[in-house]
Amino acid sequence: MKILLQATNLRKSYAGVKALRDASFELAAGEVHALIGENGAGKSTFIKIMTGAIDADSGILEIDGRAISENSPTLAKSLGVAAIYQQPTLFPELSVAENIAFGGERKGMFGRVDWNKRRETARQLLDQIGARIDVDADAGSLSMPQQQLVEIARALGANARILILDEPTASLSEEDTNNLFGVIRTLKNRGVGMIYISHRLEELPVIADRVTVLRDGQTIGTEPMADVDKQRLISLMVGRELSQVYPKKETKPGEVVLELKNLGYRKAGIKNINLTVRAGEIVGIAGLVGAGRTEFARAIFGLDTADEGEVFLHGKSIKNTHPQDAIRHKIAYLPEDRRKHGVILEMPISSNITLASLKILSGKLGMNFKRERELAAEYSNRLGVKTQSIHSSVATLSGGNQQKVALSRWLITKPSVLILDEPTQGIDVGAKSEIHALMNELAADGVAILMISSELPEVLGMSDRIAVMHGGTVVSVIDRAEATQEQILSIALGHSPDESKTKLIADED
Amino acid sequence: MKIDLKSYKREVSAAIAFAAMLLVVGIFSPSFFSAANLSDLLINNAPILLIATGMTLVILLREIDISVGSLFAVTTVLAGVLAKSGLPVPFLFLAVPLIGLAMGALNGVLIGWFRLPSIIVTLAMLVAWRDGLRWTTEGAWVQNLPTNFQWFGLGQTVGQILIVAVSVTIFLVFAWVMRNLNLGRAVYAVGSDSEAARLAGLEPKRITMLVFAIMGALTGLAALLNAVRFNEIPANAGIGLELKAIAAVVVGGVAITGGRGTLVGTLIGVALLGTIGTALTFLGINPFWEKAIQGLIILAALVSDVILRQWGESPNADKR
Repeated sequence: MKILLQATNLRKSYAGVKALRDASFELAAGEVHALIGENGAGKSTFIKIMTGAIDADSGILEIDGRAISENSPTLAKSLGVAAIYQQPTLFPELSVAENIAFGGERKGMFGRVDWNKRRETARQLLDQIGARIDVDADAGSLSMPQQQLVEIARALGANARILILDEPTASLSEEDTNNLFGVIRTLKNRGVGMIYISHRLEELPVIADRVTVLRDGQTIGTEPMADVDKQRLISLMVGRELSQVYPKKETKPGEVVLELKNLGYRKAGIKNINLTVRAGEIVGIAGLVGAGRTEFARAIFGLDTADEGEVFLHGKSIKNTHPQDAIRHKIAYLPEDRRKHGVILEMPISSNITLASLKILSGKLGMNFKRERELAAEYSNRLGVKTQSIHSSVATLSGGNQQKVALSRWLITKPSVLILDEPTQGIDVGAKSEIHALMNELAADGVAILMISSELPEVLGMSDRIAVMHGGTVVSVIDRAEATQEQILSIALGHSPDESKTKLIADED
Repeated sequence: MKIDLKSYKREVSAAIAFAAMLLVVGIFSPSFFSAANLSDLLINNAPILLIATGMTLVILLREIDISVGSLFAVTTVLAGVLAKSGLPVPFLFLAVPLIGLAMGALNGVLIGWFRLPSIIVTLAMLVAWRDGLRWTTEGAWVQNLPTNFQWFGLGQTVGQILIVAVSVTIFLVFAWVMRNLNLGRAVYAVGSDSEAARLAGLEPKRITMLVFAIMGALTGLAALLNAVRFNEIPANAGIGLELKAIAAVVVGGVAITGGRGTLVGTLIGVALLGTIGTALTFLGINPFWEKAIQGLIILAALVSDVILRQWGESPNADKR
């Protein structure tokens, strides 16, 4: 069979953090090749290299047997690479025909548009995949599965022969999924090769010919789909290297600090969340991207106002409608994307550290700058922020040090509940273990910690208990001693928890 | 406290430009520094300093207010009308800024609370207030003002001193507030990254409303201080004032993208743009060049901002 795409030993780092370490992949004409892996395994980076959004640091990428040294979106497109994402990327205000024409069409003299021809082409392309969609409709008025089909037609219009499907069925109904599979089979017969990315392991045997597993940016293995079952795939996906020892210290959990009863905010897709966190306890929140982990944290912190259920703090019902309420209640939230929201890059380290506690700095004659300097110095020392001066802007710091500044801001408020959203994502190993040590210290001081993490070894290594989320709710809470990576991933993927090993939250108390 | 000049390089470059201008004028036309000329310059620029002070806060917040010229016109006419209605002069000091505050607060609610883009909201207000005023006054100036209106009835010298003193005091108060109060810190934080500020427990909505209200109040005060200099009040006052204020703020080194800059910079910007026209006249250059040269100065300020940002900011700047 003709090999369309061959990637060998791709490597890619972002600011010293390795996103891809040794990724290899092969795609044959008329093949559906599944690519699977946990959050952060490197799938997105891999796709970006294929579509020319970024270049690999090293490794070989061959398309049609031709080595590509510098990929670019234009080059990738001309070589017939197209990607369809979970969220359609059509122009909602333009018609279906116009959207498809963006794939590439021949224009008349002086670039004149032949509208009849444009409509006719769009109609033909949609016919080829058996989609009945009005070519004059606004793309925005179509349903999501219809928009997906338009995207596929657009890719065909651009003569795509390598189609990347990134979780195409994540938000499709069963009927739409079967419909899409029909289209995929049609394309297969025409010799299009497809890279199929999905967290729905059970659909892979139905549609995929081969499967490649990525873990920690590395290709773990490529197998014919017929030779592997779900269990085998899960065990290949997990088992990320324990590149470091987790300094977890056992603490005796104290009284219940935070208790959530049926917490929900349907608009953000979370519902029926039940969970308790005790003083001195670290509860890990595991789950795939899109399981509602960040939305859950936002609802507790008052960034979104939960409209269902109740939050109890030290046994008292509280309602946070604004972060200020949460801060007053001694709840702190370290957000996921520190560069965007955790710190303010242009501002000095000192003002970043004190930003959430300006009130304690105001004296009779305005802000007490001496106190601010002392506090900033105290916390940047305690957390080991490496900088020449606390007056430098945060932009001058490395990722790990930026995160320490973001954490310092919340430690000053002396929180009783600390929510950490991906606290060590994208930071170097040294800073990572410093942050882990700090978490232990805080737990020993009686802080109740909720830690959202996509890194299973971190979740297993640092948590006392692990809450696994799927579909916007906490499906299962597992004790540290009983948890395994396979089990957590399997629950996060939506398979029902193995009752013998896990305690359902319902009978936890 | 030690002042690190490097972190004020934008202000320093504006100050150097201003000093260079004074030097050139001083060499070629020392009469520029006559007491009469200097006092004229001070009086002329005092109201602009007030408006530029408010505009600095607005721009630090990463917003813009182009309605200040129209607000100025409405409040200046109302100042005259109120004075004619017999309201004692000291009360004008309260009433006119309050009217401005209400008008600014309207902007603030639309921008802060309803999250409408400030450029559009204030464009609408620019047109609405200006044409509302034109329709109401039919272009007539406010005349026959009470005798105690001009110079607040204090005589020219005392009146002039009062105008400058009030403007400078207000400026100093805000310079202090921006540095020493939580509000100042909050304005910088929201202007740098509104969502990050919200996550830290600040309230971007309220701060935005407050800053636009302040902008309105300062515009009202500026309108009052300007009105008392004459014995009648034009209904078409303040045209183009928003551009003067924005230009002064930008020349003073405040980043149009919000979050960076100081009121000291704005002071230098007002001084530079406010004197360049007179300086050109003293140098014997055709005053028609004034606008063109002002434009060049603004362009130079923006270009130097880009260069300064790329040059020697941070070793990690490329990793952002």
